[in-house]
Amino acid sequence: MPRDTRKGGRGFLERTTAGFVDAMEHAFYAEQPARADGLLQHMDARVKLVGILALIVSAAAAQRLSVIAALFVVTVALAALSRVPFSLLLKRVWIAVLLFTGVIAFPAPFVTPGEVVFQLPGFGWKVTAQGLVSAGYLVLRVETAATLCVLLVLTTPWNHVLKALRVLRVPAVLVTVLGMTYRYLFLLLQNAHDMFESRRSRMVGELNGRERRKLAAASAGVLLSKTFDLSSDVYLAMQSRGYRGEVPLLDDFRARSLDWAMLAGFAAVSVAALWWGR
Amino acid sequence: MHIPDGYLSPATCAALYGGAAPFWYAALRKSRKLLFTRMVPMISVFAAFSFVIMMFNIPIPGGTTAHAVGVGIASIVLGPWASILALSTALFIQAFFFGDGGVTTLGANCFNMAIVGSLVAWLVYRAVAGRSAITSSRRVVAASLAGYLAINGAALCAAIELGLQPHFFKNASGAPLYAPYPLSIAVPAIMIGHLTFVGLAELVITGGVVSYLQRANPALLRFTAPGVPMPQSKAQPAAMESAWRAARPLWTAVGLLLVLAPLGLLAAGKAWGEWSARDFQDPAARQQIARASGNVAPPAAVPTGLARLSSIWTAPFPDYSPPFVHAPAFGYILSAMFGIGVIILVAVAAGWLAARARPAPRTSARTEET
Repeated sequence: MPRDTRKGGRGFLERTTAGFVDAMEHAFYAEQPARADGLLQHMDARVKLVGILALIVSAAAAQRLSVIAALFVVTVALAALSRVPFSLLLKRVWIAVLLFTGVIAFPAPFVTPGEVVFQLPGFGWKVTAQGLVSAGYLVLRVETAATLCVLLVLTTPWNHVLKALRVLRVPAVLVTVLGMTYRYLFLLLQNAHDMFESRRSRMVGELNGRERRKLAAASAGVLLSKTFDLSSDVYLAMQSRGYRGEVPLLDDFRARSLDWAMLAGFAAVSVAALWWGR
Repeated sequence: MHIPDGYLSPATCAALYGGAAPFWYAALRKSRKLLFTRMVPMISVFAAFSFVIMMFNIPIPGGTTAHAVGVGIASIVLGPWASILALSTALFIQAFFFGDGGVTTLGANCFNMAIVGSLVAWLVYRAVAGRSAITSSRRVVAASLAGYLAINGAALCAAIELGLQPHFFKNASGAPLYAPYPLSIAVPAIMIGHLTFVGLAELVITGGVVSYLQRANPALLRFTAPGVPMPQSKAQPAAMESAWRAARPLWTAVGLLLVLAPLGLLAAGKAWGEWSARDFQDPAARQQIARASGNVAPPAAVPTGLARLSSIWTAPFPDYSPPFVHAPAFGYILSAMFGIGVIILVAVAAGWLAARARPAPRTSARTEET
């Protein structure tokens, strides 16, 4: 397979195509842990949504590093009980977050004013205690919240997540829009991927900068026209099946005793985190 | 620009959810009134489109690529209200499903990109395009500017939200609890990237798509151009388009920036940190430095490092006004023109060198590589 490691060149076509494939793969494998036999998978989606959101808010509100760390431990325990493989979390969340937020937090110990802990020899840069603590807050908080969010999505089929949003009083129209967006997302991803792939297979030389920009803009334009046609087709199909602007949602969740127990558990952990983390 | 969880305090998040709510409500009502039962499929499919556009690597002048948000396109094709809904939906799915951007910060991200971005793009596009014909090149300029300013408006909001955190949220020992950088660091750090790379990507894609639609599907541009007659069906031959014409929006943007350059004259004092050795000795300038630095008095003497370094290099236009021009305003504008001219020359020269350095075009050999 021809490979172009140069920046630019045909690279932008390849990188964009690779991005599409990544997103499709991500979605393809996302629901695999949802079929496993674990704690979170057995729970009512509404309880899970409310409980995990409460934990995320507690992690954002806590003002002690130890409390945020404790919430992270609870999260990891939930993942273990739900048989979500750690290798997946490590790859998808922990390392990715560390790379992104770690880079952002890195200068914080040097620029935050406060008590000087030590000085980097040679450079004279002063590291402050406040700066170190601040970087710790940022990284730990982001890791905890991101892991919780991924746990929710990994252990729940997406249409259940959406239906559970009704508990938070999200209007039914928006829930439908979200569900349809998710469905047509993959159609358009596939479409865009095919467009780029077929263009790539017909190219033998290299494009210069202007041609590359023109290609990107034209691809977006074609996709936009296709989007417009698609929305008309979808509308006609909905109308012919009796759509008159109202969207009934099947609400077939049933909470069992396990769900009530877990809801109490989530509430207890959140309240404790908010209390101790003041 | 997708702010993750943990960067903003819960109070800020709640305030921005609150700030976004009325816009969401108005957008939902307006879209229903405009689109009736078409709204659900239209918003859904366009949200999916926005999502896919955010994954495009846009090649920008200079050889690198950057991601765009596509807020300019959405706002120009759909109008601001439907654009707010479509982008918010795309951001929701990114946050929950793909982990791009946080859940608590979703209100902030929607506020910055979907709401501020859509409204800025729409206002700029309508103001610059005026009542020009659907296929006029003025619309391409308007779209490019709309995309560029929309993304920078959104970035500025994000930068301010992040920069406010350490001013308000600290623990007992004074350590910032959330994003640790104050406004003086956060705003320049974020804006430099957006005024250049990300802004250019948005400029290229918005202008490019509008120019493409003018040729291929002008009906899609009709919604935000009320009262402008549609062009006759015979499309202009594509061959007419010369290299100059394709680059025209870029040159117009540069020209506009040149015209706007004198705005710098209105700013009082000097940019923070751009002091010269002389300023440390002048009492009026010292007062200004202290005021700009949160009332921290500058050192009494010129810092020795600055004094040493400032003698090494004397720019041809010290303080932006050439010695032979005595009216400072005129000199400022002349310097701006000269500076931009030098940048363009360097870019052209770099492009020429890069083209020379590249081996002769190989057309058939590529497929042999592995």
